[in-house]
Amino acid sequence: MGLWQRFTLIFKSKANKALDKAEDPRETLDYSYEKQLELLQKVRRGVADVATSRKRLELQITQLQQQSDKLEGQAKAALAGGREDLAREALTRRSGLQTQIADLQVQLAQLQDQEEKLVQASQRLQAKVEAFRTKKETIKATYTAAEAQTKINEAFSGISEELGDVGMAIQRAEDKTAQMQARGQAIDELLASGALDDASGTSKDSITVELERMASTNEVESQLAAMKAEIGSGPAAPAIEAAPEAEKTE
Amino acid sequence: MIIRILGEGQFEVPDSELDEINRLDTALEHALRTPDDDVRPALDALLDHVRRVGVRPPVHELLESDAVLPFADSSEEDIRDMLNDDGLIPG
Repeated sequence: MGLWQRFTLIFKSKANKALDKAEDPRETLDYSYEKQLELLQKVRRGVADVATSRKRLELQITQLQQQSDKLEGQAKAALAGGREDLAREALTRRSGLQTQIADLQVQLAQLQDQEEKLVQASQRLQAKVEAFRTKKETIKATYTAAEAQTKINEAFSGISEELGDVGMAIQRAEDKTAQMQARGQAIDELLASGALDDASGTSKDSITVELERMASTNEVESQLAAMKAEIGSGPAAPAIEAAPEAEKTE
Repeated sequence: MIIRILGEGQFEVPDSELDEINRLDTALEHALRTPDDDVRPALDALLDHVRRVGVRPPVHELLESDAVLPFADSSEEDIRDMLNDDGLIPG
């Protein structure tokens, strides 16, 4: 048997489970409609969940990108200060971040694709549920119980297949977003641990501390040099003018 | 005939396409059976063909599909899982 035929059988057996419960056909219509509305609600929540995950992922990518840019800046500063070891360390960290970012971007693209399809599925389902509602009113008004059963089966097959499809799509989206959330948590923890400096810049990583130390050392050195130059220019210089000048720079 | 691609909805496909679809389906099944073979190209080829020759039925129609195909982003394991599901034996 071909793959698509096997698939079709699996799927139909799933969709048909809903039909097995049929008792009084016309009562079943209302019950089924209620269930459809419930699923429609669930689908809409699923779409919202996926959108939330996507936004969080976008935010994390932005944060990681900021970190990466900052590390690049630090590498340049370190190199300018003659600290190649520090520059190498910054670039190594940056390359780790770039890998993370690339990975997350792939996931983001997948999530966007999934979100788009879910939105379409949700619209399609809404149209089908609406069609079912119209049909069920016609069946209830026009047909005897025996005739109604046939009509209901027709309408049921169509709607239950749609429900099954959308239900599975939502399940997949939920699994996917649960994975993303676990992953997002890990990145948040990584950001918080200081292994990556956080984007707010409230905590300082070792490279920042070292660069600041370099900067302040350089500043002290240049001030010292300036002072030495002033003193060294000898007593012939206008000492009274120079003294307040030196104080100002303190 | 009407073919559903999971997650995408239904497509009405001319019966004249059945041979080609069967050919693509056999290729997918072969890829699935061959351990080192990637199923992606075969699955993409099958779904692309259905999308290309198929026409979407009106959205308000409640129709039953003659065939159902896996999600476009199904992994090999996804497909296997579905086929190994207890749902394989039609109840």
